[in-house]
Amino acid sequence: MAGVAVSTTINGDNVEYLCQPDETLLDVLRDRLGLTGAKEGCGTGDCGACSIILDDRLVCSCLVLGAEAEGRHVETIEGMAHGDTLHPLQQKFLEHAALQCGICTPGFLIAAKDLLAKNPDPTEEEIRFGLAGNLCRCTGYDKIVRAVQDAASVMKGA
Amino acid sequence: MRYIRPLSIEDAAGLLAGSAGTAAILAGGSDLLVRMKGGFIEPDLIVDIKAIDGLGEIRETADGFSIGAAVPCAVLGENTALQKAWPGVVEAAKLIGSKQVQGRCTIVGNLCNASPAADSVPALVAAGAKAVVVGPGTRRTIAVEAVPTGPGKTSLAKGEIIEAILLDKRLPRSGDAYLRFIPRTEMDIAVVSAGVNLTLDEQGRVKSARLALGAVAPTVILVEEAAEVLIGSKLDEATLERLAKVCSGACRPIDDKRGTIEFRRKVAGVLAKRAATTAYARAGGK
Repeated sequence: MAGVAVSTTINGDNVEYLCQPDETLLDVLRDRLGLTGAKEGCGTGDCGACSIILDDRLVCSCLVLGAEAEGRHVETIEGMAHGDTLHPLQQKFLEHAALQCGICTPGFLIAAKDLLAKNPDPTEEEIRFGLAGNLCRCTGYDKIVRAVQDAASVMKGA
Repeated sequence: MRYIRPLSIEDAAGLLAGSAGTAAILAGGSDLLVRMKGGFIEPDLIVDIKAIDGLGEIRETADGFSIGAAVPCAVLGENTALQKAWPGVVEAAKLIGSKQVQGRCTIVGNLCNASPAADSVPALVAAGAKAVVVGPGTRRTIAVEAVPTGPGKTSLAKGEIIEAILLDKRLPRSGDAYLRFIPRTEMDIAVVSAGVNLTLDEQGRVKSARLALGAVAPTVILVEEAAEVLIGSKLDEATLERLAKVCSGACRPIDDKRGTIEFRRKVAGVLAKRAATTAYARAGGK
């Protein structure tokens, strides 16, 4: 199979890669570019562990082909902290112990970032609804919701 | 496998028509990539239609709305003019999947995936929506209910692509609504669903009506007898009871793990009544 040459932007950096036409963006990120923050949970768009932001839209990178990223802007969990300074959501996830095994966490953080970008002051119900595409089998979600609420109030004050 | 991103709909149709093996159209990919992953389809050619001019846009025209084949459902939900004119279509499109899936999935994909339980399809059928079908050197406009012919099957010929969905300009005193039954609160496949679209006269009586049911037959069905029951009424209790009976009777459901035949028939009647009541209120009926 001939490779597809892709030129894209990932976390603000210009990136070029060759991928197979049937290769998902998730596999490109993890296996070709070493960006292993996005996780493969289900591979069928049900669990949200592979969430990324593609041109300001929250998507599952397992349901995007690597070839589709041509000319677009990709944001992954690796771009969330600024150097050693954590994003307020990351900080609040730590403070509220909103994670256990950690597999779902990058997806939750990306989805929560997208949620707060579009709705800076969400109700608990809006948070639960907004994060319903992300599955966590450890925490029971309450700590995640509280961490997002707390981060939202910090970010509003910032 | 080849991946091609043509810049015109004619090129896309030509590529699909000229392909030797299995060819697939890629818009949002929320069905296609899942089917590829599961080994249900191994395309020799993927035609990504997202770079085609205009396919990613919702246009408001003198005749109504034209929704391009590559418009994600999330964008439908953010379009206030569309939401105001066709709230039932928008609420149905917004029920498909999670936020992540909403960012990718399209109503044309939902239609062409041809699931009897597709959420946006009963609302589109009730709305009298049309599909613009482009093939190599051809262009035709057909009713959306003419697209699916059975589970996973459509009437589209090799090389044909749906370019856009057309919704009419709204007449005064009109409203539509979509409801589905699922065992969870969110993000599930409809066990039964109903879409209703009504236009009222100046006295608040139903002047025209369309009602479609989902997940109760091999395709979404337009229930013409339901329109006959509704027209001329103000949705009084007796009319709603007759509506429920007609809708239950129109079902040809299967028994499966999500619902029995008996359950689906009963719920179809209940959802038809409730969706009609909501559509009536949205049309300004009291």
